[in-house]
Order: sequence, then structure tokens, then C-alpha cells
Amino acid sequence: MDILIVGVGGQGTLLASRILGAYAYAVNQDVKLNEVHGMSQRGGSVVTHVRVGVNIASPTVSAGDADIVLAFEQLEAMRYAHFLKKGGSLVVNTQKIMPMGVITGQCQYPTNTEERLNGEYNKYFIDAESLAEQAGNVKAVNVVMIGALTRILKLDEKVMKSAIENTVPAKFLELNIQAFESGYNYGVQL
Amino acid sequence: MKKLMIGNEAIARGAYEAGIKVVSSYPGTPSTEITEFVAGYDEIYAEWAPNEKVAMEVAAGASVAGVRTMVCMKHVGMNVAADPMFTFAYTGVNGGAVIVVADDPGMHSSQNEQDSRFYARSAHIPMLEPSDSDEARRFVKTACEISERYDTPVILRTTTRLAHSQSTVTFGERVETETKPYVKDITKYAMMPASAIKRHLAVEARENRLKAEQDKLNLDEIHIKGKDFGVVCSGVVYQYVKEALPDASVYKVGMVYPLNVEAIRKFSESVKELIVIEELEPFFENQLKANGIACSGKDKTGLQGELNVNKIKKAVYGFEENKPLSDLPVRPPMLCAGCPHRSVFFVLNKLGCTVTGDIGCYTLGAQPPLRAIDTVLCMGASVSMAHGFEKALGRENTKNQVAVIGDSTFIHSGITGLINAVYNKSNITLVILDNRTTGMTGHQDNPATGKTLKGERTYELDFVTLAKALNVPSVVQVGAYDLKLLEETIKGELNKDCVSVIVVKQPCVLLDKSKKPFLRIDGCVGCKRCMKLGCPAMSLDDTGRAVIDKTVCVACGVCKDMCKVGAIKEA
Repeated sequence: MDILIVGVGGQGTLLASRILGAYAYAVNQDVKLNEVHGMSQRGGSVVTHVRVGVNIASPTVSAGDADIVLAFEQLEAMRYAHFLKKGGSLVVNTQKIMPMGVITGQCQYPTNTEERLNGEYNKYFIDAESLAEQAGNVKAVNVVMIGALTRILKLDEKVMKSAIENTVPAKFLELNIQAFESGYNYGVQL
Repeated sequence: MKKLMIGNEAIARGAYEAGIKVVSSYPGTPSTEITEFVAGYDEIYAEWAPNEKVAMEVAAGASVAGVRTMVCMKHVGMNVAADPMFTFAYTGVNGGAVIVVADDPGMHSSQNEQDSRFYARSAHIPMLEPSDSDEARRFVKTACEISERYDTPVILRTTTRLAHSQSTVTFGERVETETKPYVKDITKYAMMPASAIKRHLAVEARENRLKAEQDKLNLDEIHIKGKDFGVVCSGVVYQYVKEALPDASVYKVGMVYPLNVEAIRKFSESVKELIVIEELEPFFENQLKANGIACSGKDKTGLQGELNVNKIKKAVYGFEENKPLSDLPVRPPMLCAGCPHRSVFFVLNKLGCTVTGDIGCYTLGAQPPLRAIDTVLCMGASVSMAHGFEKALGRENTKNQVAVIGDSTFIHSGITGLINAVYNKSNITLVILDNRTTGMTGHQDNPATGKTLKGERTYELDFVTLAKALNVPSVVQVGAYDLKLLEETIKGELNKDCVSVIVVKQPCVLLDKSKKPFLRIDGCVGCKRCMKLGCPAMSLDDTGRAVIDKTVCVACGVCKDMCKVGAIKEA
């Protein structure tokens, strides 16, 4: 299983990948992750690779091979959708975060997202920002998305919760479990 | 015990297991986390040094004193550390010494794409390159053993993808190493011509001995599959090759220098065609060709950037990968909301200054809309290049010449440039952006923060006192958030016919993690003046009026000072 988590620096893609890594470990799969550090953290486009399976070699997912692209932001979904293989799934947080070029009027934020995301893959759109806000903190978008992914992939909810428990700081656990559940239950409608 | 670890954490684990006792480093992506993880082991003394040269010398001292030691840096850090390193190769070691260097193919967070393998060859220092986290852990111990057996420091090379990829690490036990007795021996440790001439011979002899015994070290791996096609590769590229070319026979290089050319010759004779797949320079390829081994390589893979599975498939058999959507707005990194650097760059841009910049978060001030930086070269160059501008064009033509440097970078190698400017009677204005941390690499302490790597309180370097001690004629300190005062200060210092230092002291906004207030906009007339700040908390709504994202804003107030109609208010 090849998963690409994409978003904007500061959205918590790294934590999301570490939760998935902990999950895969708990169900006895080989795991490799590739993270982004340094320059990319300052509000730039970020991509984190998660590979789960047997005898994984490359730590990065190849374009055209991803089973899942978990996108925390619409424009980033468009930027990395070509990583999906045929029949893969694109899970998109509908949130829009304006890049500096758009803020300063140098370029336009794309308007026709759904039309342009027209590859041979499944698409799921989720307002994870609102769900996170309802759960108590807008910054929990990443864990809402993990919740949605858990439902879509029919992963073990209990194991994922304990992966979250083992990954996030204790004082944020309750918030994150709520965020997870809102994403997981939203997934019922998908 | 097993654990998922990034390469950098695994190297720290390896240092612990190898019985390393002293680690000194300067932060630099992608090597930084090694030393941060090392700091978690009570058995190891670990520190941030002001630069890589100092760190290398600390490691050399600890090694000569008799303990196992490690020094870590990014590729460009090795340029800074090269001076002691080349002669450390001559003196050799007492306790084992490991030099970790992290290259950055693709320049994820670097100003160039240099290939550190040439340092190994040039300094005659053995170099190992692991291909995953567990191998990184093991290779630290192996490097210590080779170091002590052959009396040489050993370089462990990684790349960004290895440094920041997690894979499974199996824990080993720590070997408790005895401190070896230090015996005074100026023919070995005091390098001057008479002793160095003899040590250079010793370097050649130990390298020949290492080459002769290389097969026994078993650091390279040979995986025979098909006869048609053989690949020579190392590091994380080996992982890509396994996936891209599952039927190829593979010679995986573990010891990058000296390259085991005869073993590769034998391997090449078992396959019809040999291709070298390596990132950056043709380091292996050229050595093989020089030794009469026919192979291809850079003609297929090119010199630029990182490799990956698809690129290797494309290089070898013309694979075409999925294309991304075109015409999407780019999203480069930018200064955070409330970043204390923003106001400085806004003022410098407004005043039309020629700004020599430096390495750190503030390099982002070169980008639109601030567009305030003219040059970025290397750590510390802002100061010396500003001086060079003035000496080239004269004071009259450089009245708007400013150098901008961060606190950690100034300590790293800006100080000498400032001494030079004062000594040679320059008139440059130097802005030290003292944000109380080493920001870009992820908030490491430095000599000006008052805290050590291990979190202990310590002496705190004061920039104003330092500048005065260097006899800088004009030294002032201001905060970053009072835009008017900042502009007046910079204008005033630019007008002075002497070297000026302006210390802009304002902590990085990310250091204080408490919940912050935010501002709101009421009565915007749509003049877009505040948009010139490039603050990620601000944007225009559909009617062209400025709006503030309260989840991003931290109420630094710089935009408030800019608004002519007073529309930006406390929430």
C-alpha cells in the first residue's frame, strides 16, 4: 500500500504519516516513510511518503503507483494527483489555502478543481477544516483525514486509535480522538 | 527491540551503540536531527558548536585524547570543516572518529548540490554510505572500528532521502569503550613540515593496507540475478534500483572510498552490460572508466537532482511516468505570520537598499513581494560581500549597502567579516536579525540563546557588547515590530560614514507556543498597501478588501502600522 500525504507546511502531514507508520507497525507490516524537513516547513508545499507492505525498498512512492493520495488542501491535491495509480483513491480536504502568489495577485487559485481531477481514480471530498473546528481545534485537520481514510480503507478503528495514542502528546489526545471520530463517522457518507 | 527511525535517529543510535563519548556539530538540513537525538543519550557528551570547523576540531581533540567521537554536518558544512579535516587525515586518531556528512541532491534545503564523495578521495579518508536506517546504525560502529584499525577518521555519507526516511532499526547493545591513554607524540599529532612529510607517507601506506584488506571488511554486497545487466550503486539509490530493475544484478557499494575497483571488475565480467547509477557526480563511473572497466552512467541518468524509481526506469528503458497537471500556482515556503524578519525586509525594500543576504529563514526575504535580498552565497558572506561592494564601487555609490545576517549565522562566520570591515575602514550597515534561535533548521540553541544543546543554562553572547568590543563605531539595538522606529534607525545608520551594526532583537514567533491574540480589519478601503508585507495571515476577499485569517495571525501589529486609514484593529 502506497500512500502520499500532501498539504501545506504546518498542516501536520508529518504527524499523519507517523500515525500511519505506527498503525502499519502494529499490524505487523514492513513500513518505510519519507518526511520533509527544513525549508519546506515554512508554509510551502509538502509531501510525505508512506509505504506499507512486505520487503519495501524505496522510501518514496513513485508517480503512478500510489494507492491513496491524502490531500490536506485542494491545490495540493491537484499538484500530486498524478501520483495515483488507476483505481486508486484521492481523499481531499476541501480547504483552500492561498499561496503567496495568489495573495499578492500574481496568479489565480484554480477554480475548477473537481473537473480537472479527472483521472481514473476514486475521489472523496471532505470538509475536514469544519470537522476539526467542531472537534475543538482547526489544527486537527490531519487527524480528521486519518479518520476518513480509516473508514475508506476499512482499517481497524481500534488499532488506529491506539496508533494515535502512541503518536500524539497526551494533553492533545482527547481532542485528536474526537477529530479522528468525526472524520471516521463522516466517512460513512462517502 | 525494533523501532521505526529516520536515518538521522538511527545514526544517533549507532553512535550510542558504538560507545561514542563526544559529539560536536553545527545544525544543517538534512543532518541536524542526528545531534538532537544524540543529546537524548546521557552516556554521550553532545554540543552545538558555532560552526563545523570548530566541531571538527573538538572531535579531533576528543579523538586524540582517547575516546570515540563523532561530528555531523551538511555537505556545505564540510567546506567549512575541510581545513582541520584534511590534516586530521594526516594525524590520524587515537579514539575512533566518525565524520557524518549529509548531501542534499535536489537541493531540498541547500544553496548548492556538491558531492561530498570527492572530499573522501581528496583527503584520503575512507567513506561509508548506508542505504537504510538500520545500515546507518551499523555503519557508525563499523566506521569506529575502521577508524581505530587504520588510524584514520572515517566519513559516513548520507543524503536527504536517507536522513529523513524512516525504516526499521534493530537495536544492538552499547559497547563500553575504554578511554585510550593519550601519549605525547609530536611526530603524529603536531603537524609541521618535518612531521607532516612522514605522516603523508603513513596516509598512503594505510590506504594501501585498507585496499588490500577491503574484501575482508565485507561492506559491499553483490546480488547476482540476470547476466544481461549489472548495476553499480550505493546508498538510497540501491533501494530505487531494487525496485526499478528487479532483474538486474547489483553491486551495492558500502565503502564509497576507497572504491573496491577489482571487485567491481570481477562483477562486471559476470554481466554483459554495466551501468553505474549514482546521484550527482560520476564519482564511481569515472574511477571505473579510468581503470578500463567499460560502463555507462551519467549519459543516461544526468548530473542534476535526485534519482528515484521512475527516473531510473526512464534512464534504462525509456519509461514514461504520469505527468502532473500544468499551470498550477507554485507554493514556495515563506516567512511565517508574525515573523520578525518581515518588517526589516519591508523597510530595506522601501529604501531601495542593495542587500547582501545570508543563509537562514531570512533568505526567504528574497522572494516576492518583499524582494529585499540581492545576493545569497554561503554562511557569513553577507558581511564580507557588502564590504566588497563598497570597496569596488566606493562609498558614494554604496550608500544603500546593507548586509543582513541571522544570529546563528553571524556567530558561525559573520564575525570575521565584520572584523575585516572595521579593520579596513568600511562604511557598511550590518543588520543582525537576532531571533534568539537557529530557525531554519528547526530551532536549535546557539551561543546567543543562553542554553546548551542539552538544555542547560549557559553564558549568553551579547551582540551589542561584541560589536563594541570589535570597535564598531556605531551599534544600536531595536525591536522588529515598531515599523517607524525600525525605518528611522536603518536610515540613520545608512547615513553614517562608518561601519554600523543594527541588532534587531525579536524572538522567532514560533518559539512561544502559547495561544496568541489576533487582529481584525474594519473599514478597509482596498488600497492593498498591507499586501506588500507578504503576510500569510492576510489576503483579499472577493471585493478586493483585506481580510485577516484569525487562525494564522499572531497580532505582531506590523500591518497595523502600515494601514493609512487605521482599519486594522485589536480583536
